[in-house]
Amino acid sequence: MSTILVLVRHDGGTVQKSSLELLTLARRLGDPAAVVHGDVSDALVDALGRHGATTVYAVTPLTPPAYPPVAEALAVAELAARTAPAAVLITSGPLGTEVAARVAVRLDAGIVTDAVQVRAEAGGPVVTQSVFAGTWLVEGRVRRGTPIITVRPNAVTPEPVATPVRPVVERVDLEDPASPAVPRVVARRPKATTGRPELTEATVVVAGGRGVGSAEGFRLIERLADVLGGAVGASRAATDLTWCPHELQIGQTGKTVAPQLYVAGGISGAIQHRAGMQGSRTIVAINKDPKAPIFQIADFGVVGDLHVVLPALIGEIENRRG
Amino acid sequence: MKIAVLIKYVPEATAAWRFAEDHTLDRDSVDGRLSELDEYAVEQAVRLVEAGSATEISYLTMGPARAVDAVRKALAMGGDRAVHVLDDALHGSDAVGTASVLAAALRRMEFDLVIFGMASTDAEMSVLPVMVADLLRLPAVANAVTLRVDGSALTAERETDDAIEEVVAPLPALVSVTDRSGEARYPSFKGIVAAKKKPVTTWSLSDLEIAPERVGTAGAATEVLAVRPSPPREAGTVIVDEGDAAVRLAEFLAANKLL
Ligand SMILES: Cc1cc2nc3c(=O)[nH]c(=O)nc-3n(C[C@H](O)[C@H](O)[C@H](O)COP(=O)(O)OP(=O)(O)OC[C@H]3O[C@@H](n4cnc5c(N)ncnc54)[C@H](O)[C@@H]3O)c2cc1C
Repeated sequence: MSTILVLVRHDGGTVQKSSLELLTLARRLGDPAAVVHGDVSDALVDALGRHGATTVYAVTPLTPPAYPPVAEALAVAELAARTAPAAVLITSGPLGTEVAARVAVRLDAGIVTDAVQVRAEAGGPVVTQSVFAGTWLVEGRVRRGTPIITVRPNAVTPEPVATPVRPVVERVDLEDPASPAVPRVVARRPKATTGRPELTEATVVVAGGRGVGSAEGFRLIERLADVLGGAVGASRAATDLTWCPHELQIGQTGKTVAPQLYVAGGISGAIQHRAGMQGSRTIVAINKDPKAPIFQIADFGVVGDLHVVLPALIGEIENRRG
Repeated sequence: MKIAVLIKYVPEATAAWRFAEDHTLDRDSVDGRLSELDEYAVEQAVRLVEAGSATEISYLTMGPARAVDAVRKALAMGGDRAVHVLDDALHGSDAVGTASVLAAALRRMEFDLVIFGMASTDAEMSVLPVMVADLLRLPAVANAVTLRVDGSALTAERETDDAIEEVVAPLPALVSVTDRSGEARYPSFKGIVAAKKKPVTTWSLSDLEIAPERVGTAGAATEVLAVRPSPPREAGTVIVDEGDAAVRLAEFLAANKLL
């Protein structure tokens, strides 16, 4: 069976959920081989084996450390040249896109980004993309070089294999080909963590827009998210007003989410916002304007003031749970 | 310090977009404009000139004849001249093909800094800045929120999910800027008049010494097999809150096993 190279991200001990999704997808296309940077612990190898990776390429970080996307691209391009895989799978997002773009150029290979589905076909993997703010579906294929595919988080449900495999771990030492001038990260200010689930991975997302009215009002969105065990999201208007951090922005220039439940409070549903959330399974909207476009895609809409409806909803959910 | 800004002519976001028979975006049936995300790149370049950090701005675009509208808009915001790569054989180019054309054009231009928008508002792939940087072997900073140059280096700030990073790259360098880098200005009347007199040079594939079969639909490394509209979402229930909305919403969530 042909190899499917999967770029895996991890935090030392745990493999990112989106990487497990890629491995699950890779099994349907061929024989998954994981490309991993940094320390490869036994626990990590086990987790990869449970999700079907038969090979783990453990890439030794370059010294001095290279700019991360450049280093990852170097590893993936080199391994792709070496193993002639049937496809390379990378998670969509700013970092993944940068890696994939560089690999495609270096291999002079076709790239398809932000796949919502990938299926095996005789002529190579067929990739489905959701385009034009989610209004059209496009099926395409790479016809030159190794298919480089970035996959939207949450597009696949991660599943372990019935019988875990024991992956072969192979060390990979790369030579930095006297790479040209690269950027250097000179300062890094970490952001506060919230303890809430990661936005693109969450099964419930509660998002607030300009209609929440203030930073104070935005706390209501957070409270509902916490009651539902979900992530907090926002429209660009809400992040621009600094009612919440920018990384919570959903839409064309923010994140794309596809949770089981999406609750939009005080969001009008502009096309650029819908682009990032209309793949959600169930959409609930609370908006005081009955003509708000968000109601056109909502499964359940409430025309009303969110400052009244949300506290009542939180109370009602708490009551039902006793 | 010379800046090259990459710009794209795209269909208006609010228009009803369609596919043409050959599965490319039907650009003839809808109004087009300078991509809103490229306006942020133009804005940053104009600000660098205003701040005295840069002296000249050249624009580069690849697109159909009508793309010159986008070029004029950018020139009305500021800048000096533009290059328009125009060739029928480019129709249907994929990302790798487009990157090779833009890189070939940039090799014939003078610049210390190349600025891109973070993505196009039509294809939305976000891959071109980095592809062009890789081809030209330039250091690249993707998705910058702020930038400044001091003659020999570019300093940019960018936001990742868990941190704000300050990144330094020696010039010549390439950067893409996000829609958080600063509101783009509206062209002034004076700017619009001045833009009409600024030179726009047209280059064909032969000017760039690129074989037509390497680009366009013929040279694309990807192919589209089928397109179809997304299944419309089923019309849902909309209720007007009469004091019972929270209870009814909770019932809906419970009935759908979402509580
Ligand atoms: C190139 C480009 C990229 C963009 N990218 C994004 C993106 O990634 N994400 C994004 O979200 N936007 C994006 N936008 C902006 C987008 O066009 C909209 O401006 C934005 O989504 C509007 O946010 P909003 O719905 O919160 O605000 P508004 O459109 O102002 O809507 C506020 C809503 O709140 C309702 N409301 C007010 N008070 C209450 C109340 N008390 N109770 C209930 N409802 C109330 C109002 O009826 C209204 O419908 C982009 C725009 C451009 C041009």
